[in-house]
Amino acid sequence: MNEFIQNLIPLVVAVVGSMAWLAVNALVLVYCERKFAGHIQRRPGPFEVGPHGVLQTLIDGLKLMGKQLLTPDNADRFLYWLAPILSMIPVLLLFMPIPYGPVLTGMEVDLGLLLILAFSSFNGLALILAGWGSNNKWGILGAARAVAQTVAYEIPLLLTVLAIAFMTGTLNLTEITAQQAGHIGNWFIWKQPLAFIIFIVAMFGETNRAPFDLAEAESELTAGFHTEYSSMGFGLFFMAEYGYMVVICSICSVLFLGGFHGPIPGIEGWWWMLIKTYALLFLMIWARWTFPRVRFDQLLNINWKWLLPLATFNLLATALIMKL
Amino acid sequence: MNALRKHVIQPILDCWSLLVGLKITGKYFCKPLITVHYPRQVIDSENLSTYGGHVELVGMPKDPAMPKCISCMMCVTNCPSNCLKVVKSKPPATTPEQEQAWKEAEERGEKVVRPKAPKQPTKFMYDYTLCSLCGTCIDNCPVNTLRFSSNIYWVATSRKEMHIDLLARLREQAAEVSASAPKPEARPAAAQKEA
Amino acid sequence: MSAYQNMDQMTGDFYTQKFEAAKQDGTLIINMGPQHPSTHGVLRIVIEVDGEYIVRAEPVLGYLHRMHEKMGEVQTWGGFIPNMGRVDYGHAMAWNWAYVGAVEKLMGIEVPERAQYLRVIMTELNRLTSHLLWWGAYILDLGAFTPIMYAFDDREMLLDILQRPSASRLTYSNFRVGGVQMDMDDKCIELIKAFIPHFRDRLPMYHDLVTENIILRRRIEDIGIIDQDMCRRYGCTGPVLRGAGVAYDVRRSEPYSVYDRFDFEIPTQDSACSAGRYHVRIAEMEQSLRIIEQALEQLPGAEGSHIVDKAPKPAMKPPVGEAYFAVEGARGKIGIYVASDGTKTPYRVKLRAPGFSNMNAFAEAATGTILADAVAILGSLDLIIPELDR
Ligand code: SF4
Ligand code: SF4
Repeated sequence: MNEFIQNLIPLVVAVVGSMAWLAVNALVLVYCERKFAGHIQRRPGPFEVGPHGVLQTLIDGLKLMGKQLLTPDNADRFLYWLAPILSMIPVLLLFMPIPYGPVLTGMEVDLGLLLILAFSSFNGLALILAGWGSNNKWGILGAARAVAQTVAYEIPLLLTVLAIAFMTGTLNLTEITAQQAGHIGNWFIWKQPLAFIIFIVAMFGETNRAPFDLAEAESELTAGFHTEYSSMGFGLFFMAEYGYMVVICSICSVLFLGGFHGPIPGIEGWWWMLIKTYALLFLMIWARWTFPRVRFDQLLNINWKWLLPLATFNLLATALIMKL
Repeated sequence: MNALRKHVIQPILDCWSLLVGLKITGKYFCKPLITVHYPRQVIDSENLSTYGGHVELVGMPKDPAMPKCISCMMCVTNCPSNCLKVVKSKPPATTPEQEQAWKEAEERGEKVVRPKAPKQPTKFMYDYTLCSLCGTCIDNCPVNTLRFSSNIYWVATSRKEMHIDLLARLREQAAEVSASAPKPEARPAAAQKEA
Repeated sequence: MSAYQNMDQMTGDFYTQKFEAAKQDGTLIINMGPQHPSTHGVLRIVIEVDGEYIVRAEPVLGYLHRMHEKMGEVQTWGGFIPNMGRVDYGHAMAWNWAYVGAVEKLMGIEVPERAQYLRVIMTELNRLTSHLLWWGAYILDLGAFTPIMYAFDDREMLLDILQRPSASRLTYSNFRVGGVQMDMDDKCIELIKAFIPHFRDRLPMYHDLVTENIILRRRIEDIGIIDQDMCRRYGCTGPVLRGAGVAYDVRRSEPYSVYDRFDFEIPTQDSACSAGRYHVRIAEMEQSLRIIEQALEQLPGAEGSHIVDKAPKPAMKPPVGEAYFAVEGARGKIGIYVASDGTKTPYRVKLRAPGFSNMNAFAEAATGTILADAVAILGSLDLIIPELDR
């Protein structure tokens, strides 16, 4: 009993911590994205609320919360409201096994990678429920796209992750980080460059971000699966999207960029993790504001015809080299 | 060789085009902003002065509060949107005695000069909600007393406010000019005040 | 329970019901528009999709019908000019020109040289703004948010230039029967001269950022084939026709005004796909710059001779008769037919809108493509909805 409580307390702290972390991240990221987009387009972005508009996202969040919860006619009420919650909850869990610092790990899980991959699949389910439940034709099209896309892009993601697992012999993220300690040369990006590239591409697909944001493609499907959502229903999807972005970028920096280890020996700490994660996030934002959207069949072609064979090849090559 | 070109080199070039795109947006990210941040900054007055806002009256050179308008109604009849309304002045009131005297004089065969109505209109109303800013009224005014204002900073919260009394506006402008007499830049100052 | 619960049997309006009559099994009928982000206004397209594949499509018009032609029958001859700026907000000057051209033809008015050149310069500048607007919006439809801002940066400069001789920024109505309303001052000409090299420098950036981008190329190449045969059947003109390889441009084939004095090319593409139309428009921007340059060089006459002496009043009475005048707009051939019965108002004004013919090719071009292609095709036609509905 005592042991149980001893285990429980850090878990609760970690869950609360990751909730806060998620909320803060979403606020900061949305603001950064809007500012970044503004400056790319040579306009200031949000500017009015707070100095340089720093409070803009907060106000927008409050506005979303203050709005009426609308359920469309003939919608499946239960599924309709389940979807955003289902999209949001797993994100909190996903932060648990990620080592943000030497001691800053929510919960060291032996199968951490597996846990993350398993729970992130919930998002696909949430999207299809959202599209289906809202009784909207655009929503259904968006949901269909979302499912095909997330399912497809999970496979190369898994294969690249597997290559790392082969190399390190573990699925424990803390362990993987530990193996990259030392200097920049120990980072897995040098040992697995192909896997890194595949991971980056699959990352866009997995998080539904432009140029792969087909599930919501507003110029084609008005807003895809969340066409009918307003107020906090939309807000939760929005938060979850940014949450998944943070998670996947964190994993990428753990797997390939040495996690919380600095590029030179001796300096390590959570700030390195933060810098790397945000660098990757900025790459995603940058790409979003530069590229047009790919077409749906092309999206799947990229996956099945390029990423999957390359990832398989990478995995086999890794296995071969490990064997030798 | 061709296969190599098609399946390996071409995709790499294709991916390169993506990097070029990133480079361009990255470059523009580092460049200064080009938008004008309205309440804190304003567009330069050169650009502003060529803006074609609503129609306004031009004052006489000697008396800027008085339009050159001769109430000829050319603008009113030619406006395709019917948004101008000009009311002519009435002749000054006469007493019955005067009328009597003139009548008698006429009967005697003398030439009588009755007081004419002043040419200036008593009312010059303009409905901005209807105006299509075509400039037909400006073209057709025989005395060139109409022009486009450069009044860009102008908002109204109701349709009523968009019905402008152009005579009153002219008087206000004239008063402002005389208040800041040495300043030749009359209109931008007026525009700013209204903002 | 709401009142709409049991409306299953009677969903949709007349058009949807009519469309539904030929519905196949297992397909979905969706309304694209009238409030859809990529129909640019209130065009409505009823689409039958099988999965994402379009089985049938049918445009439904009339959501922005403003009775311009009918208004022509009640306005005075001169009073109809402002309507022209509203028909096509993209390339308003060309519509202005088509109308005043028709009236001038009817009345036999000779327009001063300088006015002709001013019209050319302004119309070409306006064509640039129109193409820039299309370019930005098209790329926006295809999912890239930034290029439209860069396009608007340049467009803004053009608008600043154009507001000088026209006092408007979008719905120009500064052409008059017999000339133009205002002359261009030196400052304006200076600005245009400065703009041309600036814009020439920007075009490579557009090219690198968008035209060469592999995602965009894959999105528009070989999509939405509108070949010569289809163009003939539907009466497509402008970049749609030139994108199909026919070098038909009213400026060249029936030269009006002073267009025969300029040296410019008619860009064409043989691919007949969305990419073809895209490249034609991009190349047209360069040609417009060339025309403007030459027109500025040749600009004759003293300042002030921008309209004939004794220009007709708005309430003019053209002789009984009829006239047709066609110009090349940014979207194709704009033709205006006017008939006069000798009174102050036109007896009939018929507007031939290029967008209307171009749009009708959409249904056929989009059949069999997927939904995302429909957006790519629709955008490549460069539709301006008020022009379709008139
Ligand atoms: S600009 Fe045109 S619409 Fe406006 S008042 Fe003058 S004539 Fe009438
Ligand atoms: S046309 Fe000129 S002079 Fe005649 S009424 Fe109008 S403003 Fe006055």
